[in-house]
Amino acid sequence: MSKTSESKPSISRRSALKTLGVGAGAAALPMWARYANAQTSEPIRIGFQKHATGIGASYGRWYDRTSQAAVKMINAGGGINGRNVELVTEDDGTDPKRGAEVVEKFATQHKCDVAFGTLFSHVVIGSAPRAGELKLPYFVVSEGHHVASGMLNRYTLQPGITDVKSQVQAMAPFVASNLGKKVTMIFPDFAFGHDHRDYFSAAIEAQGGEVVQMIAIPPAETSFTKYFPKIPRETEVIYHVMVGPAVLTFVKELGEFFGPSRPEIFGFIDSLEAVDLASPGLEYLEGTYFWEGNPRYAQPDQSEYDKNFRTAVGVDENGASVNDSKDISTYAHMFGCWETLNIIKAGMESSGYAGPQDRSKLIEAVEAITDIPHSNEHPQGAKLFNGKTHQVFGHQYISKVTNGKLIVAHTASIEDTFYPDEVDYTKQSF
Amino acid sequence: MDFGPYLMLATLEGAVLAAVLALMASGLSLVFGVMRVVNVAHGEFYMLGAVFAWWVTSFVGGGPALAFVAALIFAPLIVGALAVLADITILKRLEYDPERTIVATIGLLYIMQQVTLMTYGADARPVVPPFNARLALPWLEWADGGLQVFWPWGLSITSYKLFVIIAAVIVLLGLRLMMTRSRIGLLMRASQLDSETAQAFGIPVERVYALVFGIGAALAALAGVLIVPIQQAHYLMGGDALLLSFIVVIIGGLGSLGGTIVAALLIGLSDGIISVFFSPTLAKIIATILVALVLVFRPQGLFGGRAR
Repeated sequence: MSKTSESKPSISRRSALKTLGVGAGAAALPMWARYANAQTSEPIRIGFQKHATGIGASYGRWYDRTSQAAVKMINAGGGINGRNVELVTEDDGTDPKRGAEVVEKFATQHKCDVAFGTLFSHVVIGSAPRAGELKLPYFVVSEGHHVASGMLNRYTLQPGITDVKSQVQAMAPFVASNLGKKVTMIFPDFAFGHDHRDYFSAAIEAQGGEVVQMIAIPPAETSFTKYFPKIPRETEVIYHVMVGPAVLTFVKELGEFFGPSRPEIFGFIDSLEAVDLASPGLEYLEGTYFWEGNPRYAQPDQSEYDKNFRTAVGVDENGASVNDSKDISTYAHMFGCWETLNIIKAGMESSGYAGPQDRSKLIEAVEAITDIPHSNEHPQGAKLFNGKTHQVFGHQYISKVTNGKLIVAHTASIEDTFYPDEVDYTKQSF
Repeated sequence: MDFGPYLMLATLEGAVLAAVLALMASGLSLVFGVMRVVNVAHGEFYMLGAVFAWWVTSFVGGGPALAFVAALIFAPLIVGALAVLADITILKRLEYDPERTIVATIGLLYIMQQVTLMTYGADARPVVPPFNARLALPWLEWADGGLQVFWPWGLSITSYKLFVIIAAVIVLLGLRLMMTRSRIGLLMRASQLDSETAQAFGIPVERVYALVFGIGAALAALAGVLIVPIQQAHYLMGGDALLLSFIVVIIGGLGSLGGTIVAALLIGLSDGIISVFFSPTLAKIIATILVALVLVFRPQGLFGGRAR
């Protein structure tokens, strides 16, 4: 093909595109004008930063379903301050750089009132500074200790899910007294895993135990057996937490490595979120323990609130989608989206939020929240919000694998999860 | 773990990686050797193999073994057919121009990856292995003045991993036989040596090229089918595999099948052993340095012939 014959149509295509672009711009203009004139009836726009692709995709799918269900419930109850709520969803690709771009899009392009969503700690740490610069309230559902550690800013809050530091602190007494004192930790080699490494090792030492080996695994790793020979022979308990698309391989290869003579095993359910416990190769997990943020299997003493939450999101009593029993939810984390959206609603209502000019009033209103009762809005359990550190505290569950299901064996109290404040965000200016 | 059993475990893990790499890289090397096309989309054919394996096994009943055999047959065939189609519709029209085919295969990479994302989704999905018994391995040690057998903790392999190694060896032997003993192998070698003369002698070079591209992709897909019961099928799994295949092919010499296999063993085993004893990052650093050294001191690769 000759080059001249190729270049001709591309010029006309380009000019055609230009014309189209001008047309589209002109068509869009009256829309903005209409919104500006009738601001009170305009919906409240919540930018939802979604892990639609990349290593966090299964979390993204369920965070999306949970958030849509929560918005539906809020709108059915009359919306916020008489205005409907609208989710504006953007894919962050589970990538910190893209995360910051998405936050910027929410603020400048989509004219969102607040940003909300994401789980993976490196995306939150990458996005939060941009949200602070843009003065956009950024509600994260991430578990990382980065909010309460003082690393971020006044615009970033975590009111719907507890952080790793409080979780592991509540787990350590159970591990030390029931499973053993010599622990080998296996964790992903990025911010979230480092929270586990730093705070669990400190917490287990406070219980008279010790971490005999720490094995850090890159989060994009796909093959794991080669790491396991580093597990010392004296290990009494394996403490594992893993993320990413290869979690099933990780847990399976751990079982294949030990064969019939495994030590005690305590894992964070993150290692098996969105994975069927009945997957072949996981039989060895029978009798092992998992931390759960919210019990995946409906328990005998299931609350009315949990029942309502499952129905609204479309999750059955085994934690799978009601439409597809193989589509397992990220049940231990996704309640955080539901609860965070309800906190945004509560904050906007108590501050009389009317538009972006009230963003700082919204943050002050959320900072003023303390007791959060167990309710339809907060189905995981009662919580206590610390306005100074922007972090919520709540119950933690330890479940034992019994006949292939997770049965809650211990519930940690809210007080078990407290630690001294490390920051006072309320002293920072807006 | 003691040094001896530790080394043995590392070697076994490395051998599984080497087997998969050898299959994949020999496909890449074959395509480059015969067609002089650097196929950047090769990793995606590997990914498609794994994805189609999941797809076939979830639609075929009759137990995991039967479903897996079906995947082993159909997934490489489907992927091979797709590759032939890509060759006829895209690469042929670019007249196999080296620069333009690189750009075209980059485009193919994104098309395949995004179509997989849009249809199959972003999840990692497992395939049940046809068999997966854990085989504990014994070790010998000197005790009480004689050799004694004992069973170290953790020293084991699964029967499926052994199967991957054996299957790769058989396929590679078959490939070697095809290239040296069969008529189609002769046509391929003739097209590789001098495509214009081959055409003058009545060899349908374009059809040979389409077939070679298909076989190359099918080899990658086969590697994908073999790995998917160990790992899961995921739309991004092609990236690392492509990088490792390029490392293997550059060290072994582009176009040299024997060199590719030796290099796959070298990279696979060193990755297994170095990452067990030191760190996985160090294993990757060493492999990359090795590539740089080979490119500087022996650009044709360890086993490559002279440049044509």
